[in-house]
Amino acid sequence: MIDKQSTFGRVAKIIFLALCLVVTVFPLYWIVVTSLKAPGAIYEMPLKYWPTEISFENYIGLFTKSDFGRYMINSLIVATVASTVATLISLLSAYVLARFQFAGRGAVMAAFLLTQMIPGFIALGPLYMLMTNMNLVDSKTGLILVYIAICIPFCTIMLRGFFENVPDALEEAAMIDGCSRLTALFRVLVPVMMPGIAASFIFNFVNCWNELFLSVTLMNSDENKTIPTALAGFISSFNIDWGSMSAAAVLTVVPTLVIFAFASKFIVQGLTAGAVKG
Amino acid sequence: MTVDSQRRGLRGTETSSAAPAPQKFVPRKKKFSSRTGWTMLAFMAPAAIFVAIFTYYPMISGSQMAFRHWNLNDLSDTSWVGLDNFKALFENPEFGTIIRNTVVWVVGSLVPQVVIGFALALFLKRKFRFRSGYQALIFFPWAVSGFLIGMLFRWMFNAEFGVVNDFLMKTGLIETPIPWLAEPGFAMTAIIVANIWYGVTFFAIMILAALQSVSDEMYEAAAIDGAGKVRTFFSITLPAIAVTLGLTILLRVIWIFNFPDIIWAMTGGGPADQTHIITTYMIKITQEGDYGQASALGLIVVFTLMLFAVFYLMAMRPRKANR
Repeated sequence: MIDKQSTFGRVAKIIFLALCLVVTVFPLYWIVVTSLKAPGAIYEMPLKYWPTEISFENYIGLFTKSDFGRYMINSLIVATVASTVATLISLLSAYVLARFQFAGRGAVMAAFLLTQMIPGFIALGPLYMLMTNMNLVDSKTGLILVYIAICIPFCTIMLRGFFENVPDALEEAAMIDGCSRLTALFRVLVPVMMPGIAASFIFNFVNCWNELFLSVTLMNSDENKTIPTALAGFISSFNIDWGSMSAAAVLTVVPTLVIFAFASKFIVQGLTAGAVKG
Repeated sequence: MTVDSQRRGLRGTETSSAAPAPQKFVPRKKKFSSRTGWTMLAFMAPAAIFVAIFTYYPMISGSQMAFRHWNLNDLSDTSWVGLDNFKALFENPEFGTIIRNTVVWVVGSLVPQVVIGFALALFLKRKFRFRSGYQALIFFPWAVSGFLIGMLFRWMFNAEFGVVNDFLMKTGLIETPIPWLAEPGFAMTAIIVANIWYGVTFFAIMILAALQSVSDEMYEAAAIDGAGKVRTFFSITLPAIAVTLGLTILLRVIWIFNFPDIIWAMTGGGPADQTHIITTYMIKITQEGDYGQASALGLIVVFTLMLFAVFYLMAMRPRKANR
C-alpha cells in the first residue's frame, strides 16, 4: 500500500495485536502454570499468576497413579497408523479426481463434501452397532478403521487441490518412458507434492489425536484407551482433579503444538486451497 | 475480477510460496483405454469402500431408526412408529430452549469471530517485524482439541479458583465472584467466549489469504483516483473477497452448529440441561440409548443445514453476477 500510517493508527494496531496475542496465549500459559503448581497450591487463594515453587508432582502422579503413558502410546499408534493409511488412500483417490473426467466424478466429490457437512456422531449409535457386529468394539484396529474413513474425504479434497498445481505433462512423460501409472505417481508426483502431502498427513494426525466422541463411544478398557477417552474420564467423576487434568492437557497439546509450529505454513496453504475451492 | 481468477490468485498468495506456480489444470476429456479405466477404479476403490462402510452405511441405517422405536435398553421392540420420534422431540419441553441455545451459540460465536478475525487479518496484511512469529503464536488454538479447550476454559471460569473471576475482582469490575458455570445465562456466555477464542484464528487466516489475493494494482488505481481508506475498503477490498468470505462463513456456520465438544467439556449441557445445543443433546440421548430419537434429531439437523446452505448460496448468487 502507498499511504503512510498515522501515529494513531500505529498505536491502535500495536495495542490490538498485543491484546490478541495475550488473549490467545494466556489459556495455554495458565494451564502450564497450573500443572506446575503443587496439588495443594492450585486451590490456594489469592491466585498466583506465576509459579513461585515449581513442582512436577502432577506429572509424576499422572504416570504413577494412572496409566497415562499407555494412553499416550495408544494415541500415538492409532493416530500414526490411521493418518498414514488415510493419506495413502486419499493420494490415489485425489489423483483420479484431479486428472480424469468420468461419469460420476461430480457425485463422488459431492459425497465426500457431504461427509464434511454431516458430523460423524450423527451416526454414532448405528456405528457402534456396526462395530459390535464386526467384533471391533474396544479394539485399536476398529478405531483406526473408523478414523481412516473420517480422514479420507477432506484429505482427498485437500490433495486434489495440490495435484491440480502440478502439470500432468510430468507423469505423462514418465509413462512414455515406461513407468506404470502407479510408479509415475509415486516416483514423479509424490516428491514434487511433498509439502502438500506432509500438510495433509499432519492435519489427519492432529484430527485423530484430538478426536473425542468416537473414541469415547468405541473404547472402554484401560488397555486400549486413547488420551481423549482418558481425559473425558477425568470429568465423569464429580470432583475434577485439576492438577492431573492440567498436566495431562499440557502433555496432550505439546506434541501437536510442536508439529504445527513446523508445518503451519503448509497447513494454512492446504486448508485455504481446499476450503475455498469447496 | 471473476470468481475463478480470484480463486486462482488466492492459491498464488504468499502463504503458498512453497507450491509450484499456481496454475489450474482442468481435466481434459480424453479417451482412455479400458486399462486406464481399471486403474482408475482400483485407485478410487479403497477410499470409496472406507467411506461407504464407516460413514454412509451408519448414516443411512441410522436414518431408518428415526422412524422406529429403537432403544438400546429395550431391543425386543423395534417396530416402525412413523413420526412418533419426531413428535416426542417437538413435545419435549426442553426443545424450545435447545433451539434457542443453538441459534444463540451459532450467531453469538460467529459474529465476533468474523469481526475480530477480519480486523486481525487487516492488521496482519501489511508486513512488520516478527509477523511470521506472531502468526505462528496466534495459530496455536488450532492444535488444541475442542474438548481440551473446553477444559481449559472450564478451569479458568471456575467460580472459586478460576482466573477469570480473580482478574475481574482485582480490576474492580465485579465485587463478588460470578458462578459462571452454575447459572444458565453466565454458562452460555462462558461457552461462547471459549468458542470465539477458538474460531477467531480460523477467520483471520482465511480472510488474510483472501486479502493477499487482491492485486496491488487495484489499490494503486484507487489511490490515484483519490479514494480514501474507508472508500477503498468498501469499494475494493470487500467486493474482492466477498465470495471467499461468504463461503467461509457458510462453512463455519455448519461447523459451529455441529461442534458440541466445547459445551460438552465445559457444562455437559448443564446446569439442568439449560446449555444444550442440538448436537450436545443428540449425544446425550445417544448415550442414554434412545437411538430412535437421536436419529430423528440427526435428520432434523441435516435437513435444516441443507435448507440453510441452499438459501444462503441462492442469496449469495446475485452478488457474484454483479461483478
